[in-house]
Amino acid sequence: MKVLTTWLREYLPGLNVSDRQLADDLTLRGIAVDGVFDLNGAAGADLGANDSLFEMDITTNRVDAMNHYGIAREAATIYGLMLNPLETLLPAAKPGPGHPVRIEEPALCGRFTARVLRGIRVQPSAGIIAQRFALLEQKLISNAVDATNYVMLAIGQPTHAFDLDKIEGAIVIRRARKGERLKTLDEIERTLDPEDLIVADEKKPLALAGVMGGWDSRITPETTNVLVEAAWFDQISIRRASKRHLLHTDASHRFERGADFNAPPVASAMVSRFLLESGGHIEGDFIDVVIPEVEARTATRSSISFAVSEVRRILGPTDDPEGITASTAEGILAGLGCGLQAQAGEIYDVTLPSWRLDLEREIDLIEEVARVYGYNRFRNTLPAFAGSVVELPWAEKESVVRHTLLALGWTEAISSTFCAAADAELFAPQPNSAVAMGNPLNEEAGMLRPSLLPGMVNMLALNLNRDVEDAALYEMGTAFSGSTEKVDERPALAIGATGRAFGSADVDFYDLKGSLESLLAKFASRSLYFDALLLPAWLHPGRSARAALDGSTVAYFGQLHPAEAERRKLKQPVYVGEIYLDRLYKQALGQPVARELSRYQAVRRDYSLLFPDSVSWAAIEQALNGLNLVELRSFAPSEVLRDAKSERIPAGHFSLLLGAVFQSNERTLREEELQQFSRRVIDALEAVGGKLRAG
Amino acid sequence: MSEDAIPQLSGYSEAELDRAFAAISREVAASAAGLQTPEAVEQFRLQWVGRKQGRLKAISDAWLKSAPASAKKLIGQRFNTLKAEIEQRLDAADSTKHDGAFHADAIDITFPGGRRNPGSEHPLIKTLNELVAIFQRMGYSVGVGPEVETDYYNFESLNFPPGHPARDTQDTLVVANQDRKPLRDRLIMRTHTSPVQIHTMEQQPPPVRIVIPGKVHRNDAADATHSPIFHQLEGLCVDDNITFSDLKGTLDHAMKELFGSSVKTRFFPSFFPFTEPSADVQISCPFCGGKGCRKCKYSGWIELLGCGMVDPSVFGFVAQKQPAYDPKMISGFAFGMGIDRIAMMKYGITDISLMYSGDLRFLEQFA
Repeated sequence: MKVLTTWLREYLPGLNVSDRQLADDLTLRGIAVDGVFDLNGAAGADLGANDSLFEMDITTNRVDAMNHYGIAREAATIYGLMLNPLETLLPAAKPGPGHPVRIEEPALCGRFTARVLRGIRVQPSAGIIAQRFALLEQKLISNAVDATNYVMLAIGQPTHAFDLDKIEGAIVIRRARKGERLKTLDEIERTLDPEDLIVADEKKPLALAGVMGGWDSRITPETTNVLVEAAWFDQISIRRASKRHLLHTDASHRFERGADFNAPPVASAMVSRFLLESGGHIEGDFIDVVIPEVEARTATRSSISFAVSEVRRILGPTDDPEGITASTAEGILAGLGCGLQAQAGEIYDVTLPSWRLDLEREIDLIEEVARVYGYNRFRNTLPAFAGSVVELPWAEKESVVRHTLLALGWTEAISSTFCAAADAELFAPQPNSAVAMGNPLNEEAGMLRPSLLPGMVNMLALNLNRDVEDAALYEMGTAFSGSTEKVDERPALAIGATGRAFGSADVDFYDLKGSLESLLAKFASRSLYFDALLLPAWLHPGRSARAALDGSTVAYFGQLHPAEAERRKLKQPVYVGEIYLDRLYKQALGQPVARELSRYQAVRRDYSLLFPDSVSWAAIEQALNGLNLVELRSFAPSEVLRDAKSERIPAGHFSLLLGAVFQSNERTLREEELQQFSRRVIDALEAVGGKLRAG
Repeated sequence: MSEDAIPQLSGYSEAELDRAFAAISREVAASAAGLQTPEAVEQFRLQWVGRKQGRLKAISDAWLKSAPASAKKLIGQRFNTLKAEIEQRLDAADSTKHDGAFHADAIDITFPGGRRNPGSEHPLIKTLNELVAIFQRMGYSVGVGPEVETDYYNFESLNFPPGHPARDTQDTLVVANQDRKPLRDRLIMRTHTSPVQIHTMEQQPPPVRIVIPGKVHRNDAADATHSPIFHQLEGLCVDDNITFSDLKGTLDHAMKELFGSSVKTRFFPSFFPFTEPSADVQISCPFCGGKGCRKCKYSGWIELLGCGMVDPSVFGFVAQKQPAYDPKMISGFAFGMGIDRIAMMKYGITDISLMYSGDLRFLEQFA
């Protein structure tokens, strides 16, 4: 909102601080001035200039300060100044009855005033209105319309001027009838909703009450007779109408935040004064229909009890050792327009100003005291605390997972919470479990992500498209499932890698498997195994696996299905995996236990064998583990050759160079023992189909 | 004089012995002149200290064995000196030989190292963990809550009544098919981490000290500083004696821990439906020390978080399940900050969308 300081100063003749100072003081009291622009145009800005434009950011609860008079009122409180009264004196009216007004919805329209002006001349605004509107960059329309806008900027009360000659009979404030239509001032023909509150005459709707006037009864250059409306409308009703018609206006903005019940007669007088400057006269009585029930819950709402002890309990000590005294609080509240009646023991009975509907409770008054006193005059203290810090049960596991992945060379990324419907279907762990959004951000974000994989694949694609060809990313976050009735959330982890992310060779299945093995080794369970059962559709059926810990699936990973990669136009293979953190978090973290180290020599033996392709490493591993040979410390494939071109490897076979390490904790192994161990190893390998190669 | 011939000693006086040994020493020096190749060194070694034909042994045999007992000591001393000289020449020749070979194996140490890069922590997560650690040191536990919330927890229980204009400031993303449900049960993406305040208090009587980091969503248009997805850190402290001064002191302390002890805080009145009094907090610009720079838009101050005393109405909602939250008996404060903003400020990130892009060129800067 834009505010002119010369306009503010018109209401505050005693104000003798600079605009810059005024801006700071208002801001410190919550009436935020975001920018100060010197209107004298002097570049470099004269700090003492008192002719500025303030760009203001008024919080939604302070509708009373969304106008010049309201801001001046705040300044008056800050500096203890008197506020000039508003000019509302009008010439005498030509006697006669006023225009009839009938409120049919007293709960929604608490007050309606109507004044008839005849013989006025519609012409361009001049004088102070034209001058100030120019500075505010407010569009000038005509003296009649500009006057209503000016008054709203001055005191915050919306008003409306009707062409009286377009009104047929009494003014009726009622709900719209089904199917009724109204062309509003924005020239849009609207079908009214039976919930809409309208200002009508005996025949037709005239205006969408509190939101926008009607086109047909608008002021035109031919208008000579005017009916000035100033009213009080219910907040919620106006807000709903504004939302329903997607019509947010200066008027609706103020009404829906709670207007001043006492303002309509003042506003009506101010508007009329401006209009009569171009000639004409007031005709008939001023009509002011007041609904007492509404008045009783707004302007004359019950007083509230205010205890100074509560101020101290909630706000605490100030830099001034005296703290906030009863007289300080009294001064502040009285300055804001409250009436204070002292009761026993620093307790007051406080009546509340009509323009501050946001003040309802004792805490509201405590806030006012803190605000006007100055937040920065309170001391900085730290509360005593004797409790203990409770970690989330999975906090340590989350940290271990994160730091293991980082150490293994995976970079953390964060992607969208939403995904496209096709991706949701493809990557959801359970079919038909993805949840749709009602108002998606865009077409590609129609679903809550059922897995972090849609984001992961998109991020890999983005990197490839930007010629980042080597990437290893992970994301930890929430995945969603269930239905639009009930949404379940689970902690999830996705990994994805492509190119030479881990060194000189292209990422392959075993890079992912190795990372998973390292990661899962952090957990206590030693029952990790891999198989290729029930692989999801997003994985390459021959280069992917499931990882299970204690029989529970903790991950699926492998090469992204080539068809998917092609559909996404990925220029190189990508490897992805989903790790079910919810299941992993059920596992305990491993507790390292030191074991005895052997003092005796370790002996390495290599065995070169030929195996039919049908023999898996798992079978070899199982065969050797089945020996239960404690001296066989470790064994691993040192070289695998499947090259069919090699003459030394028959078709359908592979050669394996197996390295084994023998060691005893009790003694140095003797040659005869080693020979015997080797024999058993070879026998076991031959039993699963191996053939020892010569040399 | 043949190499093999050992000259006869002319006598056993010290002068005579010195002369004889000096002659041998000159012979050693002469034969050591060409020790450039391993073959020459081996030749020299065999010539002088070879176990069988070595000249040293011949000298020992010729001079020492036949000497009278009185001269043996004098000859022995000189013999040892000669032996040490020969060994020294051998050592010197040997090290020349080895270093020479090593130099031949020299590598280009200016080639790039075989760097093993760990992954990079995400700047948001890094900032979030730093913040959480600060509050843990101040006695705060960590809480979490769902990202999909009901209208009741996201709005109503936080004192945003249905139809209240304050709801306009937080445009929501809603789950599909909610229209038929009562408003309070409708499912939406949480617009702030504040609902976890309510969950926490409903589950736990006071005192409460908790920080809640998390992802939040708003139906906002994206630009360089706004993302419909962002992260917040929420804090809540409730006890029977918590004041606005405690709120100020707590945040002042936390900001000093995060940005350095010279950072100052100042508080401005603001409005949040779930706190009263409410405040916006600014910190003196940690980049220019308050003098004014690009990062603080030359104001010397940066607005960083919102906070306030827990509104009694919020306690009222909680008390329906946990009666210990009687606003006459207890009080508390809450605060919330945008982690994205803090991370952007700390690391000089100018476009928030980079944080949600997965672009490795961006991410690897934070390794």
